[in-house]
Amino acid sequence: MANIALNVNGKKLTVDVDPQTSLLSVLRNDLDLTGTKYGCGESQCGACTVLIDGQQTRSCITQVGRVANKQITTIEGLEKNGQLHPLQDAFLKADAMQCGYCTPGMIMSGVALLDKTPRPTREQIVQHMNGNICRCGTYLRIIAAIQMAADQKRGAE
Amino acid sequence: MSEFLEVERYELFQEPTYNFGFDRRQFMKVFGGGLALIVPLTSLVAQDREQGESGRGGFNRDVPQEIGAWIHVDQDGSIKVYTGKVEFGQNIRTSLAQAVAEELHVPVSMIRLIMGDTDLTPFDAGTFGSRTTPTMAPQLRKAAAAARETLIALAAQQWQVEPNTVRIVDARFVNHDTTKSLTFAEVAKEIKVVKTIPADVKTTPVDQWTIAGTSVPKVDGRDYVTGRHKYTSDMRRDGMLFGQIVRPSKFNATLASPSGPAQPKVTEGFIVQERDFIAVGARDPQSAARIVKGINENAQWQAPDQPGSAELYEYLRKTASAAEGRSRPVGSVVAGFAAADKTLEQTYTVAYIAHAPMEPRAAVAEWTGDKLTVWTATQRPFGVRGELAEALHIPANNIRVIVPDTGSGYGGKHTGECAVEAARLAQTTKKPVKVVWSREEEFTWAYFRPAGVIDVKSGVKNDGTITAWEFHNYNSGASAIQHRYDIPNQTIQFHPTKAPLKQGSYRGLAATANHFARESHLDELAVLLKMDSLQLRLKNLKDERLRAVLEAAASRFGWGKPLSGELRGAGIAGGFEKGGYVATCAEVSIDRRTGKVKLERVVEAFECGAIVNPVHLQNQVEGAVVQAIGGALFEAIEFSNGTILNPRFSRYRVPRFSDVPKIEIVLVDRKDLPSAGSGETPIVGLAPAVGNAIFAATGKRLRSLPLAPKGLQGLSG
Repeated sequence: MANIALNVNGKKLTVDVDPQTSLLSVLRNDLDLTGTKYGCGESQCGACTVLIDGQQTRSCITQVGRVANKQITTIEGLEKNGQLHPLQDAFLKADAMQCGYCTPGMIMSGVALLDKTPRPTREQIVQHMNGNICRCGTYLRIIAAIQMAADQKRGAE
Repeated sequence: MSEFLEVERYELFQEPTYNFGFDRRQFMKVFGGGLALIVPLTSLVAQDREQGESGRGGFNRDVPQEIGAWIHVDQDGSIKVYTGKVEFGQNIRTSLAQAVAEELHVPVSMIRLIMGDTDLTPFDAGTFGSRTTPTMAPQLRKAAAAARETLIALAAQQWQVEPNTVRIVDARFVNHDTTKSLTFAEVAKEIKVVKTIPADVKTTPVDQWTIAGTSVPKVDGRDYVTGRHKYTSDMRRDGMLFGQIVRPSKFNATLASPSGPAQPKVTEGFIVQERDFIAVGARDPQSAARIVKGINENAQWQAPDQPGSAELYEYLRKTASAAEGRSRPVGSVVAGFAAADKTLEQTYTVAYIAHAPMEPRAAVAEWTGDKLTVWTATQRPFGVRGELAEALHIPANNIRVIVPDTGSGYGGKHTGECAVEAARLAQTTKKPVKVVWSREEEFTWAYFRPAGVIDVKSGVKNDGTITAWEFHNYNSGASAIQHRYDIPNQTIQFHPTKAPLKQGSYRGLAATANHFARESHLDELAVLLKMDSLQLRLKNLKDERLRAVLEAAASRFGWGKPLSGELRGAGIAGGFEKGGYVATCAEVSIDRRTGKVKLERVVEAFECGAIVNPVHLQNQVEGAVVQAIGGALFEAIEFSNGTILNPRFSRYRVPRFSDVPKIEIVLVDRKDLPSAGSGETPIVGLAPAVGNAIFAATGKRLRSLPLAPKGLQGLSG
C-alpha cells in the first residue's frame, strides 16, 4: 500500500492503495466515481475510458501508480456548472443509447477525438471509436452524436 | 393466427412461489391515501389469449395472481405507476410513461415508474418475449383513463357541476362554465380510493394520440450521459464486502476431495464453502481475488469427458429425443413431393452464441435479520426471488428483489445465479456483499443461445408454387418454426436433444435460426428455378402484412437493380414473429484477396401495429440489425471438453463501429392495429439476407451460422 496523489476532475486527493491496482478499481471502489464502467478488463471494449492529460486511456489496464499527479477526467467531470458538455448533449439529442452502459466510455472516447480533431470525417470517427463496444447496436447514432457535437462546436467558434 | 402453439422451452419460466393478493387496507397502508387504480391480471391473460403466437408456452394463461399493475395518484398529486417489468435499454420506462401521460393529459415528466421491485410492484413473469408493449402498455393506459375519469368526477363534485363539463388540460382540471382550475394535488388531497379498472373504460384512439406515438426522449437520459445512473454493479452499501466465486476448472466439475481444498488462513476476508460452492468475500476486490487465487492453487477438480464444438452438430443429431416432436401435419408431404417438379433437400446449422451484455451479471445482497434484499440485474425479478427462496430455504416473502435499470440482457439475464451467490455470501459474512461477474465468467457461467441443426426438404413446381415443406429443427428451438407462406403440404417438427452447454433465451429465441434455414432455402429454390427470390416468396404468400414489408424493403432497396462492382451481391429475407413483420435486404461485397465479407447496405422494413415512439422504435430496429451482424457473420462460442475456449472480447468478436453498414429502416405504421413489441423480431431477417447476398456475389452457398468468421475461402482464382 502507498499514498498516491491523484488529480481527478480538477480535485486533488490522496488514496492509500497498492500502486498496481487498476485506475478503474480505484475510481469505482475507492472514490465512488462509478460512471466509469468495467466491461472486459483487457482494454477491448472501452467502457472504462477516461482522459489522462487529455489522452483517452483504458482505466482497466492502467495502474493507478502510473497516473499520480496527472490530470484525470472521468465522465463525472464533463458537466460544468450544470452545463452538459456538447457531446453529452448530442448523445441525448441523437438518442445515442439504449441501456446506456457503454455511454460514459463512448462519450469520453468521443471527447478525446473532438479535442484532437474538431472536425472528424465519418471514417475518422469509425477508426477512433472502433475500440468501444455497444452491444445494443447504437453505433450509427453515436456517430451522428459526434458529428452533431462537432457541428455545434464549429458553430460556436 | 395459427392455433398451433409450440412450447418454447428456452424461455425460462418459474411459477411464483407465493401468491399474495392485496386488499384495500393493505394498499392504503402502503400508499397512505390518494387514488389507486388496479389493473386486474385477468384482463392481461385475456389479451394474451387473443394474441396467441408461436413460441409462447402458455405459462401465464392461468397465473392465479390478481393484479397486473397499478397506478397511484398520491394526495400531493404525484403520479406513480407500478409494474413488475424492468428496463434493459428497450426504453419502456419512457414508452409506458407516455401511455399513462396520454390518458391523464399530463406531461411525461409528471409520471414516475416504479419497476421490478418484488415488494412494491405486482407479480410479473418477466420482461421478455416482446410482451410489454402489447400487454402492459394497453393495461396501464386503461388504468390511467380510469384514474382520469375518477379524478374528473371528484373535481366535478368539488365544483358541484356535471363531470362531462370538466376536462384535464395540461395537468389542470378545468371547467368551461367557470374560470376555475384545480391541480392534481387539489383534487386528490383528501381522497382514499382503491378501484379496479372497469371493463368498459375508454382509452384514447390511436389517431388522437398526442404523447404516445411521438419521439419522447429517454426520460432519465441525463443520468446516463453524466454517469450518474447507478446500475447494480455501481451500488455500494455500508460495510459492503466484494464477493468472488471460486469457479470449477470445467463444466460439471466437482471437488476431488469432499472436504474441499486446504483453505488458506485469511485475515483480510471470508471463505464460504458448501459442497462444490466456494466463495470469498473481502473488503476490496483485490483482496478477494488474491484469496481466490490461493484457493485455486490447491483445489482439485474432477470432471467427466464432454463434447466440444468440433463434434457439436453430430452430437445434437445423435442425442435427439426418440419421441417425435410435437407437430400438426398439414396435408400430405408425400402427395406434395409427388406433385412437385423439383425437390431440394438441405441442412443448415447455427452455432452457440453469447449475449455478452456490456454490464456483466451483478448482485448486491443484504440481510436484515431474516429478511433478505437483493439488488440484481435480471429480466425476471419474481423468478429470481423464487430461485433465492429455493436455494436458501427461506420463504419468498422474506425476500425482496429490486432491479435497477440494467446494462442490457437480450434474453441473457433470466436466471439468478449471481443473486444467489451474493445472498449466500452475505448470509455467512453477516455483511452486505456485492458480486460482479468478470467478462470471462459472463462468457462461461451464464447460458448461451442454443446451437441447432435444421433439415429442410421442399418440393416445388416449375412456376414457383411450393407443394411440399418438411422442416426439422434439432435443439435450437421452435420460435417461428411456423411461417406465413401458403404451402398445402407440410411437416414441421422441433426435436429436443441433449445440450452440451447451458442454453436459454436469446433475443428472438430460435426465430433467427428458423428464419435463416427457411429464408436461405427459399433463395435456393429460387436459384433452382431461375426465379427472382422476392417473386418466389410473393407467389407463395397471401399474408398482406408480410407482403407489405417485403415490398416496402424491396422498393426502398431498389431490389432487382444491378449492382456495380466486382463480388457484390444482394439478398432478401422476410418473416414474422411475436406480432411483428420484418423484411430485410442486404448488399455485400467481398474482398477477393482476403475473402473478407463487407456488409455495405441494409434496408429493413418493420411493422408492429401502431407505433408508440418512432425514434425509440427506430433505435430498437437498428440495434437489432447491428446485433444480428455478429451472429450472422462471425460470432460463435468455441468449446472443448467442458471449457469455453474464447471467453473474452479479444477472442470472441462482436460487431463494432467498422462492421456497421449504411442502414435504412422503413417503419410501417399501422394505426389500425394494436401495437406489438419490437425488441426481438427485427433481428431475424439479417442472417438469411446476408447469406443470400453472399451467394449472389460469389455463387457460394453458406448454410452455417456464422457465415464467414474467417472470411470466404477459395476466391482468389
